Amino acid sequence: MTESATLRPTSAAADAAELDAARPRGRRRPRRGALANPAVRVALGALIPLVLLGIWWALTIPGAAIVPPYRFASPLAVWQAGVDLAERGELGRFAAISLQRVLLGFAAGAALGLVAGGLVGLSRLFESLLGPFLGIVRAVPSLAWVPLLIVWFQIGEQSKVILVAIGAFFPVFTTVSLALHHVDRGLVEVARAFGRRTLGTFLSVQLPSVLPAVFTGLRLALVQAWLFLVAAELLGASMGLGFLLSRGQSNGRLDHILLAIILLAVAGKLTDSVLALVQRWAARRWS
Amino acid sequence: MAAVELGDRLAGLSLGRSTPATVRVTGLGRAFGDRPVLEGVDLEVAPGEIVAILGASGSGKSTLLRIVGGLDAATAGTVTIDDHVVAGIDDRVAIGFQEPRLLPWRTVADNVAYGLPSGIAKDAGRARVAALLELVGLDDFAGHRPRAISGGMAQRTSLARALARDPGVLLLDEPFGALDALTRMRMQDLLLGVLDTAPTTVLLVTHDVEEALQVADRVVLLGTEPDRAGARIQQIVTVPGARPRDRGSAELAELRAELLAGLGIDRHAH
Ligand SMILES: Nc1ncnc2c1ncn2[C@@H]1O[C@H](COP(=O)(O)OP(=O)(O)OP(=O)(O)O)[C@@H](O)[C@H]1O
Ligand SMILES: [Mg+2]
Repeated sequence: MTESATLRPTSAAADAAELDAARPRGRRRPRRGALANPAVRVALGALIPLVLLGIWWALTIPGAAIVPPYRFASPLAVWQAGVDLAERGELGRFAAISLQRVLLGFAAGAALGLVAGGLVGLSRLFESLLGPFLGIVRAVPSLAWVPLLIVWFQIGEQSKVILVAIGAFFPVFTTVSLALHHVDRGLVEVARAFGRRTLGTFLSVQLPSVLPAVFTGLRLALVQAWLFLVAAELLGASMGLGFLLSRGQSNGRLDHILLAIILLAVAGKLTDSVLALVQRWAARRWS
Repeated sequence: MAAVELGDRLAGLSLGRSTPATVRVTGLGRAFGDRPVLEGVDLEVAPGEIVAILGASGSGKSTLLRIVGGLDAATAGTVTIDDHVVAGIDDRVAIGFQEPRLLPWRTVADNVAYGLPSGIAKDAGRARVAALLELVGLDDFAGHRPRAISGGMAQRTSLARALARDPGVLLLDEPFGALDALTRMRMQDLLLGVLDTAPTTVLLVTHDVEEALQVADRVVLLGTEPDRAGARIQQIVTVPGARPRDRGSAELAELRAELLAGLGIDRHAH
């Protein structure tokens, strides 16, 4: 026998066999049949919205409407309202200011949520110190903050951004602190055993472990941010998609209301898709 | 030939930190709550010696190893490594855990690199990882993630990670437990080969009598006496003969029967 034969613990064939045995673990079930085709999946996803659009159109055909126009605007009327508002420059301004409020509030709330969630998840001291207080704050219904914020900050930008930040904070805080509690202790011990200190352990084990949860929290936070934005703008604003809603309500402009709803849906979905892309990339990198 | 080359390469990569250390366990006890697990364990391991720790499941083998490694604290007695009392992680000690415990988001190579001592130059580290992967036969899987390799391969990765540290004391908790019999024997030879080129004091936990007799200079049998709750050292056996040992020799067969009896297994009853 050559030395190399004794040295190699297993032959290539044995490795291949071992690997085969290992293969099914942790793999996604392969998609079968037509659903494997991305185009088919996109078409399926578009099916229900298109059917709804068709029903909407059929119910509101101008001249022969089943539902009268003062109850429901037709798709064409909504489109025209959109074009009209865009020409007056309002649409762009409203969409931009709402997006700005969401992004600022989301960034601030999510950043604070990461820090607070990290502290509470990693340190017993901060858990006892911050946990109960934040639990109480979270129990306050979101709309209850609005009058207070308006008294403090008037109907300016601050009050809205802060409300959005409150909305974005809690999903991030909760998911991050919980995920840190559930990090595999064995791996934390590995980090310690191989000489990592607090920061090294955090960067090499805890952070990668909780990244998937961080992204889940961020996506929930983004949904909350849009929710809180509309609340803030409904209750006191002179601009924004929420203001378009409340103005439409007082003027009886159903077309404006429907337009605002559709724009909020599209904006929410688009911002979520961006986060989902980052999440997919992170999941590939850290799983 | 290849073994010699690789051994030379590893020896060349020795970081000069791995002077084998003396491990001294004195009057060691460990209780969880009011349930004693270990009681009055005394053991001295000479530099470069390989000591196997045998015992039934639950006899406190892992607990003993964790205390020596500074991951757990004794409730009585002390452990010293080269006259330093162990009180926490010592960077001359490397541990191979009972489970592979690989970081799932790192490749096999990066997991091995995780064990490198801090302060090692990048190139030296990379060369050392490559040599270790070759040694444990995983060079073709360097870029794989842990979820894409088998349990046995994960255990070999874990062993390579511990070796990467170039330790003065190597603590191995059933490092070959998940391997098939053939791979297990090869890995035992391989470990001995590594220890020839880079001598280290080794505490090897196993429940496999055969493995203990092949690898160790001495075998320590942990066990519980009928009237006591905690496990103590029942027996310390010096294994005769130079390695590699003849698995069929009569002398070893006698020791094997003795150790199995110590573990509470009567060979003739089977
Ligand atoms: N953290 C802990 N808390 C409470 N009890 C523990 C803890 N760790 C170990 N024990 C107990 O100590 C005893 C010895 O455990 P240990 O893991 O050392 O056994 P072992 O000899 O390594 O067993 P095995 O061969 O199954 O690995 C067991 O009864 C176990 O329940
Ligand atoms: Mg054990």
